Amino acid sequence: MKKTFSISDLNCAACANALEKKLSTITGVKSVSINFFLEKLTLEADDDQFDVILQRVKRVVDHSFPGAVLT
Amino acid sequence: MKRNLWMIMFAAVLFLTAIFLPYPMLSLSLYFIAYMLVGWDILIRAGRNIVRGNVFDENFLMTVATIGALILGEYPEAVAVMLLYQIGEYFQKRALQKSRKSIAALMDIRPDTANLERNGSIETVDPDTVIIGDVIVIKPGERVPLDGTIIAGSSTLDTSALTGESIPREVLTGDEIISGCVNIAGLLRVSVTKKYQDSTVTKILELVENATRHKARSEAFITRFAKVYTPLVCGAALLLAFIPPLLFAASLSAWAARALTFLVVSCPCALVISVPLTFLGGIGGASRNGILVKGSNYLELLSKAETVVFDKTGTLTEGTFRVTSIHPQLLSENALLYLAATLESASSHPIAKSICLHNKIPIAADALSDMVDLQGFGLSAVYQKHRYYIGNQALMEQHGIACPYCPHTGVVVHLAKDGQYLGHIAISDHLKSSAKDAINALHSEGIRRTILLTGDRTDIARQTADILDIDQVYAELLPADKVAHVERLLTEQKDGYLVFVGDGINDAPSLARADVGIAMGALGSDAAVEAADIVLMDDDPLKISTAIRIARRTMRIARENIVFALGIKALVLVLAAFGIANMWMAVFADVGVSILAILNAARALRTRYATQRGESL
Repeated sequence: MKKTFSISDLNCAACANALEKKLSTITGVKSVSINFFLEKLTLEADDDQFDVILQRVKRVVDHSFPGAVLT
Repeated sequence: MKRNLWMIMFAAVLFLTAIFLPYPMLSLSLYFIAYMLVGWDILIRAGRNIVRGNVFDENFLMTVATIGALILGEYPEAVAVMLLYQIGEYFQKRALQKSRKSIAALMDIRPDTANLERNGSIETVDPDTVIIGDVIVIKPGERVPLDGTIIAGSSTLDTSALTGESIPREVLTGDEIISGCVNIAGLLRVSVTKKYQDSTVTKILELVENATRHKARSEAFITRFAKVYTPLVCGAALLLAFIPPLLFAASLSAWAARALTFLVVSCPCALVISVPLTFLGGIGGASRNGILVKGSNYLELLSKAETVVFDKTGTLTEGTFRVTSIHPQLLSENALLYLAATLESASSHPIAKSICLHNKIPIAADALSDMVDLQGFGLSAVYQKHRYYIGNQALMEQHGIACPYCPHTGVVVHLAKDGQYLGHIAISDHLKSSAKDAINALHSEGIRRTILLTGDRTDIARQTADILDIDQVYAELLPADKVAHVERLLTEQKDGYLVFVGDGINDAPSLARADVGIAMGALGSDAAVEAADIVLMDDDPLKISTAIRIARRTMRIARENIVFALGIKALVLVLAAFGIANMWMAVFADVGVSILAILNAARALRTRYATQRGESL
């Protein structure tokens, strides 16, 4: 399953690239991409585990960018 | 944002007062207050990042640079750097927000609601919930939410958001309409033919949004470069601070000050932001002109196009054939046409469609059996216990059937029954009105050669090429021959790239094989649109040169940004190493360059490209 979320208040494009790389190492994440300009995060993961993985992604986002909002 | 601006202004006032105050202790405390006012959030972020191990981020670098300056006793410098950095960041955010808004405006074609007709009443629903076969009502002024067929009403549609074409399109009952257009005049009742997730509007948005994932080489270069740039500059700063004092007993504080200047320019953000933004702008601008680009890399390839190869039918011609004359032997005209229409009824080939359209007698679709599609020749089927062949002259010759020469230009379809010749039907296609201008525009853009590949007869192909000034023609090609020609042409390329423009299913392999495949979106088969790298929404061949111009402009802006950002940073680094540049200059090289690069990138968004329309045919 692939889902797109909006992600706001990322500081800069370089940070977004770094975050993308970090998120892609999370177990269960098939692919993840962040579009800094459109403020969008696309996550691909297995259907049955999607919510669990999304929570993990959210935690890493919160940890790396406390200001960033993922909805 | 607003709060930040006030904070910055207040700090600036404090800073200026401090400079002119004659009391050192008082100005020192003012410096301190100003520094904390503009810098506290950066300090906090830097502290947090150190704990998490993100050492090379902007906040950290600014913190080290300014605290270093404070330790060295350069209080005004420290405050000024922080202040200028914040001002720069403020403008950078503004510029970014503006570009974001213009990009969002470009893509503002997503419909919010659909008026669903259910049990005689109308409900406003989410387009996502409408299923195929549902009837929706589109009022004047509303955006078409889903693809469908008009079952009642007529109107004019503004298709400009999709095609870049400013002349509204007339639509009548029975016409197919696509989502994303705006209904201008009348009320339309539409039967939905595609689910929202498969609709044109969704596809376009997905394409454009995902396009930046296929990174252009220059973009990938910047991303890689950014990764090594910061550690490299920081390392250089360390060496600069300690090596000269250790080796030559130079003053530590003087060299440390130079090193701090290094830290200020060590953030790669100007590049990381501006280059991808340029490509996104180029893709957005192209989409507004009815040109969908599936990746930044295709803009890069297209900008260096050297050869443009065309399919003929549907690409340079209208693709709508009309029967121009019927020449039966043995039968009546109508009887020959009826037979041909029956045989062609199952085929989706445009020629077949034109024959079926011309025939007015109802046909029995299930009367055929044992049908064989002879791609590139025609087809054969059994009808009323007789084996029929319908197709080109080559097909007749294959079966040893003699057929008379037909002087008509256009396509000639021959018909035979059990080896007996029955007659032929002449069909012709028209050149698109902008076809000649399209080729001229390409030549004047410096395209080295234009080539026509077609399954059509040599004489027709040659005639078309002569009218259009196309350099080379290869005719009577089977679908597989087209790919073979494309492959051969690819090896003949000098240093540019090969572009293939086509529309049919049989063009899909060539579209995929070429460096850049451009498909005609409205007429094009789904396979062609899928295989292509760029899709022209309004099927206008003139848009090929527009696409090339957009690509070149985008590449130029991207290059400008790379050279400008790297150049200024390198210059400041060199000057700083020799003690000429100070931290103020360094701040400009950091945020100032970012702002200018973003503003420059925003130029790629320009949406109006005049299509060079000369005399039409």
